[in-house]
Amino acid sequence: MTDLASSWANAGAVLTVHRWMAVIGGLLLASVAILVLCLQFGATSVDMKTVATAIMHMLRADQEGAATLGTSEIIMVQIRFPRVLMGFFVGAGLAAVGVTLQALLRNPLADPYVLGVSSGSALGVSLAILFGIGSTFMLLPILPLFGFAGGLMALLLIYRLAQSKSRLPIHSLLLAGVILNAILTAFIMFITSIMEPNRSAGLMAWLMGSLTAPNYPALGIFLLYVLCVLVMLMHKAQSLNMLTLGEETARSLGVETEGIKKWLFVLTALLTGAIVSVSGMIGFVGMVVPHAVRLVIGSDHRLLLPASALVGGMFLAVADTIARTIMAPAEIPVGIVTALTGGPFFLYLLLWRKDRMV
Amino acid sequence: MKTNRMETMQSWLSVDVPAIEVEGVSFRYPTTEGRERIWTLDHLSFHVDAGEILGVVGPNGSGKSSLLKVLSGYLPVGEGDVRLGGLSLGTRSQADIARLVAVVPQEYAQVFPFTVAETVLMGRFPHRTARWWSMGIGDETASDLACAHHAMVETDVVSLADRLVSDLSGGERQRVMIARALAQAPKILLLDEPTAFLDLQHQIEICSILRRLKEERGLTVVLVSHDLNLASQYCDRILMLKAGALFRLGTPQEVIGVDALRAVYGCDVLIDRHPESGVPRVTIPSYASTKHIRDHM
Repeated sequence: MTDLASSWANAGAVLTVHRWMAVIGGLLLASVAILVLCLQFGATSVDMKTVATAIMHMLRADQEGAATLGTSEIIMVQIRFPRVLMGFFVGAGLAAVGVTLQALLRNPLADPYVLGVSSGSALGVSLAILFGIGSTFMLLPILPLFGFAGGLMALLLIYRLAQSKSRLPIHSLLLAGVILNAILTAFIMFITSIMEPNRSAGLMAWLMGSLTAPNYPALGIFLLYVLCVLVMLMHKAQSLNMLTLGEETARSLGVETEGIKKWLFVLTALLTGAIVSVSGMIGFVGMVVPHAVRLVIGSDHRLLLPASALVGGMFLAVADTIARTIMAPAEIPVGIVTALTGGPFFLYLLLWRKDRMV
Repeated sequence: MKTNRMETMQSWLSVDVPAIEVEGVSFRYPTTEGRERIWTLDHLSFHVDAGEILGVVGPNGSGKSSLLKVLSGYLPVGEGDVRLGGLSLGTRSQADIARLVAVVPQEYAQVFPFTVAETVLMGRFPHRTARWWSMGIGDETASDLACAHHAMVETDVVSLADRLVSDLSGGERQRVMIARALAQAPKILLLDEPTAFLDLQHQIEICSILRRLKEERGLTVVLVSHDLNLASQYCDRILMLKAGALFRLGTPQEVIGVDALRAVYGCDVLIDRHPESGVPRVTIPSYASTKHIRDHM
């Protein structure tokens, strides 16, 4: 009996520890390779040796060696390295939010940007900036908090809309999201229009999506924060699996759906709020990446969630590298690159690759 | 949690306790605007014995599906009490109920590409012991796999194990959903219209599976159906609902009659005996004989 059971269990029909390790291990290696590759490109191209020197320098963190560093190494250490890392974590976070929202709303097209959650967060942050609240208040990162509040409000509104009729069709929910997005964006536009021009220009640049990293301590806190929320989401991965069967079935399988849904809403809003407050509105990652990953490795969220996060990270790191090199020395908003590269790839997967490859 | 499971086991060992006891249960949905607040379930009382197949019939909106949702703990028991194996639903946790009751819902709309094996294994979720550090990866034990495999053998879906559920036909999908419910190793199986939209062969297939499970596993089955003939053929007893209230409860012979169907469904039908089993057989009247109905329309 058990032998028979293992015949399908090992044939890729279900998730095994072995498969999980293989996929995640492979993606981790790929991520490191992509990050190192991204470090080389920019307004000035840098060779592998300089990248290595700069990384070694950072790892040793020696103060004496600082004087011996050339311009390229300084660009590397102070600008490019933090930016690439932030791109990776923003992408990872957005993809994870996408996966979670898709399972929660049982809608494979859900995305924080499309549903207006990002706009909600952006509105919260814009309001904080309008009233001159700084980025930290008594050591609390206050902008992400506003982003969290705005995102959570938008999310609850969308969820109420989805629940108001027992079964809201997939496309109606998206339509509701688009409209909510439009309303929230109008508020943001209003805020930028009543600001002084020089402040509103900065706000606009941030809104269009920028991955300019803050100082190292702030970056460190951001990375840790994203990592923590990702781990907490991972702990609910099995519940996400059950929720895709529908709420009634999830309940009949022993999932305390009400509590878990609330917790997942809070986690997604926390993640979206923090991401939007540091990088503005970057669309498409949350929808394209999980969808593409799902078509390749299947739907089990225990694998889908971390795999999407890693692929999302790589995707945004590469997209940002393209954004800052293609028109160098000028930069184009990374959101344009994510939409233009992600869209066609998404179409290709949707139309031609319905099978699972791993 | 452990003690709860022990209690469950003990109560099932005593034969006298009915599998399901429904006593004076009333339920109504929160008011929707412009509609009168009516009782969806109206002072229902009945018992289902262990190892019995109970068919729930009645017209659309008579509360059949709501009754199943109350029994599975999805809808709260408004008034009255529901006891499963002698223990009140209210005192059980959702996970505790899940180890006792499995549900096959009316429609299964999976939008994500899960394989058949993954779907069936989800049935083992209430039995898994979560380890915090593993984050759920590799939580399936050998016994989980064996149990899922057994369920797939019983519903004949082993050959479909690595197929995507969304790619299956209606009959195959329904068998997968029953396999998922069986993997839960329940004592009680609740099914909402398990044969709707299935062709004849698949209807017989599903009903034979249920019958076999009752005989081999002693499974208690409550199934909602619109098909009176199917219900009278495969159910031990039939519960007929009218506007949320119990209209009749008994063997097919006792429940299915011209008068009862006229009172509940508001139409005349022909009833004779099944040539093999002798249970009542319902036939809708010919077009010519319903002239008086059409005259009233």
